[in-house]
Amino acid sequence: MSRDLAELTRRRFLGAAAGAGGTVLLAMTVPGFGAGEKPGARAAGGRLNAWLTIGADNSFTVVVDRSEMGQGVYTALPMLLAEELEISLDVISVVAAPVGDAYINPANGGQVTGTSNSVQDAWEKLRLAGAQARTMLVAAAAERWRVDPRLCHVSNGSISGPAGKTVTYGGVAAAAAKLPVPKDVKLKPKAGFQIIGKPRLRIDSPKKVDGSAEFGIDVKLPGLMYATLVQSPVLGGKVTAVDAAAAEAMPGVRRVLVTDGGVVIVAEHFWQALTARSVVKITWDPGSNADLDNAGIRAMLEKAANSRQGLSARADGDAANVLKSAKRSLHSVYELPLLAHAPMEPMNCTADVKRDGCDLYVGTQVQQAAQLAAATAAGLDPGKVRVFTTLLGGGFGRRLDVDFIPAAVIASKAVGAPVKVIWTREDDMMHGTFRPPAREEISGGLDAEGRLIAWSLDITSPSITARASPSVTDPFDSVVEAALNCPYAVPNFSLTYTRREIGIDVGYMRSVSHAPNCFAIESFMDELAVAAGKDPVEFRLGMLAAKPRHAHVLRTAAERAGWGLRKPGRHQGVAFMEGYSTQVAQVAEISVVAGEIKVHKITCVVDCGQMVNPRIVESQIESGIVFGLTAALWGEVTLVGGRVRQTNFNSYRLLRGNEMPELSVHLVESDAAPGGIGEAAVPPVAPAICNAIFAATGKRLRSLPIARQKLA
Amino acid sequence: MTKLKVNNRLMETDAAPDTPLLWVLRDHLGMTGTKFGCGIALCGACTVHLDGVAVRSCVLPLHAVEGGAITTIEGLSPDRGHAVQKAWLEIDVPQCGYCQSGQIMSAAALLHRNPNPSDAQIDAAMSGNLCRCGTYPRIRKAIRRAAELQGADGAADGARK
Repeated sequence: MSRDLAELTRRRFLGAAAGAGGTVLLAMTVPGFGAGEKPGARAAGGRLNAWLTIGADNSFTVVVDRSEMGQGVYTALPMLLAEELEISLDVISVVAAPVGDAYINPANGGQVTGTSNSVQDAWEKLRLAGAQARTMLVAAAAERWRVDPRLCHVSNGSISGPAGKTVTYGGVAAAAAKLPVPKDVKLKPKAGFQIIGKPRLRIDSPKKVDGSAEFGIDVKLPGLMYATLVQSPVLGGKVTAVDAAAAEAMPGVRRVLVTDGGVVIVAEHFWQALTARSVVKITWDPGSNADLDNAGIRAMLEKAANSRQGLSARADGDAANVLKSAKRSLHSVYELPLLAHAPMEPMNCTADVKRDGCDLYVGTQVQQAAQLAAATAAGLDPGKVRVFTTLLGGGFGRRLDVDFIPAAVIASKAVGAPVKVIWTREDDMMHGTFRPPAREEISGGLDAEGRLIAWSLDITSPSITARASPSVTDPFDSVVEAALNCPYAVPNFSLTYTRREIGIDVGYMRSVSHAPNCFAIESFMDELAVAAGKDPVEFRLGMLAAKPRHAHVLRTAAERAGWGLRKPGRHQGVAFMEGYSTQVAQVAEISVVAGEIKVHKITCVVDCGQMVNPRIVESQIESGIVFGLTAALWGEVTLVGGRVRQTNFNSYRLLRGNEMPELSVHLVESDAAPGGIGEAAVPPVAPAICNAIFAATGKRLRSLPIARQKLA
Repeated sequence: MTKLKVNNRLMETDAAPDTPLLWVLRDHLGMTGTKFGCGIALCGACTVHLDGVAVRSCVLPLHAVEGGAITTIEGLSPDRGHAVQKAWLEIDVPQCGYCQSGQIMSAAALLHRNPNPSDAQIDAAMSGNLCRCGTYPRIRKAIRRAAELQGADGAADGARK
C-alpha cells in the first residue's frame, strides 16, 4: 500500500513540476544531431511512429524522448527499438523529441527525465514501437510482392521474400507508414535478445571526443547575442534600482534589462556582457532572508521537529508503545546539509522570440515546463514555443527547474534577436535549487535476542514538491520516499514528516530522498547492530529474510569485499539501499590516520533487474559512487546573511581523479523487470563510509559532510 | 585585429585584447568544442594546447597568445584518429561529455611529453580536470590504452622508416 501511495505522490508532484505544457507535435531537427543528413532522403521515406523515421536511403532516425545528461538514454532507448526492428545500432541517428503527448512519461506525470525511470518507461513502449514498425514494413513488402507476409523475413534492415526478392526497409518505408498500426505483435522473449543486455558502445560518444557534441551553451544562431544575469546576492532579494549608464556605453553592450529574476546585460559577445557586469550599479532589496544562515536553518528544523506535529506517512503495528517496552532502545538524530548540483555545464538558455512564436534551445529535463516558462515570459500560447532539447552537460536534477529560462526569452524579445544567457560558475553555485537540508530523528527498540522490534523515524525538511504544487500538505513528500519504502521487516514502524520551509528554493537532486534517508537508516542500522552485539551484515540479513534479491545483493557485497577479513590499518563499513526497483549494497574500506580519512576502496553490488546495456549500467554505478563520495566527504552549501558562501570549485570541492578510490562493481544477472540505475549508487556511499569510520575510530558521525567532523 | 594560429590555420579576430582565449574561440571563431566550466582555471574544461602545452584558455587573455600555435579539440585530429580519442572511444569514457574535450586535451599533452606515464604521473597531470559524472576510472584506463596505441603507432612509423 505504501509503495502505491509513494508512487501516486511522485506522479502528482512531478506532474505539477512539468506544468500544463502544450501538446503540439512539431517537425524539427535538433542542432547537433542529424547534421549532415540529406533532407530529401528523409522526405521520401516514412515516419513509422512517434519514435522512428526511415529514409528511402535506409537511414534510421530514432526520436529519444528523454534528455541525455550522461546516463545513456541516447543509447539505451534506441537499443530497445533496434532489438525488435532488427537493425544495427550503428545505422541509427538520434534526435531529441519535441514537446508532444507521445513523449509523456506517465510515471512522472509529464515529459520528464527523472526518478531514474527512463528505461522502465521505455521498456515496453519502444520494443513495441520497433515490433510494430517491423510488422508494417514486412506487410508493405508483402503487399508489393503479392505474397503472404509470413513468407518474408527480416534481417539487418532488409526484408527478403520468396524467389530471392529483397528490399530494404527504406524501400518500403513510405508505403509502410500508410498502413494501420498492428495491434497484436509479439515481443521477443529474453532468449531471443541480440542487442538488449549486451555491453554496447554509446551512440553519443564519437561527438563527445571531437568537440562536435552540442550542449545548450554551444548553440549557434545567426545574429545571436549573449547575456549575463545578475541575481540578488541575498537569495530571494529583488532589484530596486539600476544605474546602467556606464555599462550601456561599453563596447558591444546592447541593453540592460530589469526582470523579476535579476538584471540582464545583453551584448554582442559574452565577454563584453561580463565586463559590463562589473560596472552596472544595482540596488537590492534583500527581502526576508537577510539574516538566514545555517545555524538558523538548523534551529528551524529542530524547533519544528520538537513540535511533534509531523504527519504520519507509515504506521505498521504500534511503534510508540513497543519502543517503551523494548529491552533496549536507541535514539539518534541525523542531520543533512544543503547541497549544490554543480553540473559541469553552467545553467544556460538560448531563446529566439519572433513575432508569432519562440524557439527555445535548452538543456532541460522538463520539456513541457520549459515550454510553459518560455511562453509565460514571452506572453505567448505554449503551443507557440518550440523546445529544442540539446545535450545536457550534467543534469543531476538541477535541470528539472526552469529558473534559467525566462531571462533569455525576455532579453530576446527586448532586443529582437536570439539571445543566449549563460550563468557564470558563481551564478550557478550561488543560485542553485539546493538539495534540502533535513533532520532525521530515529528511535529503535531491540528485544532480548537483539532483534529490532520497533522503530520510528521522524523527518523534518522543507518540501521540494510543495514549490511546484503549494497545496500539497500530505505526508507522502518526495523527501521521505525512501524511508517510506524501507525494505527491512520490522513489525512496528512509524514514519512521520514535518514540513518546515526555510525561505529558499530547494530542488530535486540525484537520489532525492534516498541519500538523506539512507544515511539516517543505514547509519542507525549500524548503531543497532553494535548495540545488539551483532555483525552489521548479519543484522540486516535478519530483516531481509523475505526478500531474497535484497539479501543476495547484500551477501554478495560482503563476500566480494572480504567482509570481516581484517587488514592492518583498514576498516570496513556496509550500507544497503532499495530504490528505483534496484538494490544496491556497498562496502567502504577506509583508513583514518592522524584524523585524516582516506577512502581506499568501494565494493558495490547491484541488482537492477534486466539490464539493457551493462556497460552503461556499470558507468552509472561508478558515476553515482563518485557523486556520493563528493557529497559525503565535502558537500555542504553554507549561507551567511542569506548569501551562499560557496562560489566556485575552490570553495565547493568536487572529487578529483587523483582522489579516486579503487572501485569494484559487480552487476547481478537478473530476469526481474528493469530498475533504475542513474541514482541508485549514490545513497549508500555516505553511510558505508561513516560506518567504516565508526569501526576505525569509535566515532559515530551523525551529520555530513565528513570533512566538518573531527576524527582524531 | 589580433592574428592567431588555431589548428594550423591563421585566423583574425576583432575581440578586445583582454578577452580570454576561451571566449575568442567560442564566440568569435565559432569553435565551441572548448568548454566554459569555472572561469578561473579550476576545472580544466577549457583546456587547449599552446605550443603543445596544456593551458587553461579561460584565464589566458588574447594578447598573451598572439603569435603562439593553439590546438583545440577540433584540431587534435581530423578524424578522431588521435591515440587519445581512439582510446576514449574504445573505453567509452564520456557520460554527459561536457568536460571531455578538456580531459582529452590534458591527456594528449601528457602523452606528448611523457609517452609512458605512471599512474602517479597520470593522476598529477589530470587532477586539474574535474568530471562531475565521475568518469575518472575510465579516464585512467583510457590514458593507459592511449599510451599503448601511441607506442604501437610509433613502432609502426619506425618500421616504415
